[in-house]
Amino acid sequence: MSIVSASLDHAGKPDRAFNAEALDADARREARGMLALLSLGLFLVFAVIIVPIGWLFWLSLFDEGGQLSAANYARFFEQASYIKTFVTTFKVAFTVTGACVLLGYPLAYMLSQLPRRAASICLIFVILPFWTSVLVRTYAWLVILQRKGLVNTWLMDLGVISQPLPLANNFAGVVIGMTHIMLPFLVLPLYASMKTIDVDCLRAGMNLGASPAATFRQIFFPLSLPGLASGLVIVFVLCLGFFVTPALMGGGKVIMWAMRMEQTTSLYSNWGAGAALGVVLLAVTLALLGLFHWLLGTRATGVWSRR
Amino acid sequence: MLLSLAQSALPIGISGIEKRFGAVSILSDLSLDVAAGEFLTLLGPSGSGKTTLLMILAGFVRANAGSIKVGGEEIITMPPHRRNIGMVFQNYALFPHMNVFHNIAFPLKQRRVSAAETAERVERALDLVQLKGLGERRVDQLSGGQRQRVALARAIVFEPRIVLMDEPLSALDKSLRERMQIELRNLHRRLGMTTVYVTHDQREAITMSDRIAVMNAGRIEQIDQPEVLYAKPRTKFVAGFIGESSFIPVESRNGSVWYEDRKLRMNDAAPSTGRHLMVVRPEKLRLVADVGETGVNVLPATVGDVIYQGDSFVCYATLKDGRQVTLRDYCRSDVLAKLPAPGEPIMLGIDAQDIVLVADQ
Repeated sequence: MSIVSASLDHAGKPDRAFNAEALDADARREARGMLALLSLGLFLVFAVIIVPIGWLFWLSLFDEGGQLSAANYARFFEQASYIKTFVTTFKVAFTVTGACVLLGYPLAYMLSQLPRRAASICLIFVILPFWTSVLVRTYAWLVILQRKGLVNTWLMDLGVISQPLPLANNFAGVVIGMTHIMLPFLVLPLYASMKTIDVDCLRAGMNLGASPAATFRQIFFPLSLPGLASGLVIVFVLCLGFFVTPALMGGGKVIMWAMRMEQTTSLYSNWGAGAALGVVLLAVTLALLGLFHWLLGTRATGVWSRR
Repeated sequence: MLLSLAQSALPIGISGIEKRFGAVSILSDLSLDVAAGEFLTLLGPSGSGKTTLLMILAGFVRANAGSIKVGGEEIITMPPHRRNIGMVFQNYALFPHMNVFHNIAFPLKQRRVSAAETAERVERALDLVQLKGLGERRVDQLSGGQRQRVALARAIVFEPRIVLMDEPLSALDKSLRERMQIELRNLHRRLGMTTVYVTHDQREAITMSDRIAVMNAGRIEQIDQPEVLYAKPRTKFVAGFIGESSFIPVESRNGSVWYEDRKLRMNDAAPSTGRHLMVVRPEKLRLVADVGETGVNVLPATVGDVIYQGDSFVCYATLKDGRQVTLRDYCRSDVLAKLPAPGEPIMLGIDAQDIVLVADQ
């Protein structure tokens, strides 16, 4: 065991160091205890993550006749509607994420620059929508954006437009509704990371000759990237699997992945095809997470000096 | 180029600086002249306004009134990025997303220095702070001392007119701090830049500075060379803040100074009539045998406690009026042989030339 044990001759036990057996037994007992504490967590992970996903994957491998086949996956390449749904899903996810960044970055920046008290009051307004159900908020948007909704009536009354703008039951409506729901997911991590930026780093930037704009560009923005990256990933991944808002605001014209899944299982009772959709969504999400990590993770968490 | 800062060093003229935060006055009518190439330290307790003054010099805090002239040019309203003043921050404020090279190259990049010259100057700056070959290191791979050196290199690589340092060594451990003090002083001697250094560590200030401005409650109490400041403090605050001191009340009357019924022998002329405080430094006191020595003032006292500290010992003694004084001496064997025991009556001697009086306030 230890280097000294060989030369030790303690209590007539030349080969074993003093108390070594008791200490080994104690270490084993502690390891067993830790495993026992972990077991409930491990069981939960197994029961609610590994088993369902495994089952989903298993289901996706059988066609409608219960025969083992790759038909559910082949459908992705054969049916145009699948490809269209896939493209729509990504289009919505990209647009919503982009809109969230455009709105959320300045908002988070403002919050991070406010005095502590004012910032916490403003943060409540960012978090407030979380306390209302997604369904209620989506219907509220319908009321505001539909053909005879608030926006169109006001604009027409003011004479700005003569025809109502198509704001609901289409792509624009889906994007507006989803952006509203996703915004806090971007703002919160971004705000947290902006708060950790050392004021002295910005002062140092200016002290060394960088104008306020250059200091923002070269120091503040790069240092806020880790927060932006995590917000971006959360929003994008949530968008890929979103259901309620596109279903209500899309007017049946914007079919996203999750809606397709719902149709496949509840309308056509094709569990295999639905499971395949789920597996592909999961795989694409994981691939994207990997890509984000590769692109932003090393860039935002580490250093992109010329190594 | 990097070694020719001495010619471009400029004097700083600070006058009438006022700074208030709401109703609280931080700096009031503060004036201070720093000579070209001088190493001046702002020394004071926290809240004395020293860091605020430094922030006003760098341009991060706006004063309510006053003027700052660098080489005769008014800079009080100039934005920080045009001031051309290098600064070393307390926490170094290195850019965590850049490696050492890019941190040091940052000020050169802002000044559109060519890539070739940038590489050369960064290399020389790294050499100057003894970090040669570490340009590619990430900031989080550096030790505290190395970060400190990078911050220093970054602050001087663009040959600023003035360098400001805000407690740059406070995060380092004691031995490294002492080594860096010597290094910073040598670097200053080599480059000769006008330096304003902020610290609350009096020993650090004494070690490094040409002059020290002792600040208290938004004002400068005294500004002098370290030796003068230590030997001839002008106020009780300065005497108490720089070095250890005991204060013994004395009275000046009829041209001489009295401690109780003893007339003090002193070299300086007696101050104005009234109550004063005698500043007694621990190392100026010594144990004397009796009252007979000429030119020595003798204070009878009783030993309270003797603390052995290896190289030296500290003796806490109580004067007849109950006042505590401290005596410190090195542990030479002749001194150790005569070390008094607690409770023993002793005679404390202080030379006439070591008597320093400050106003009692």
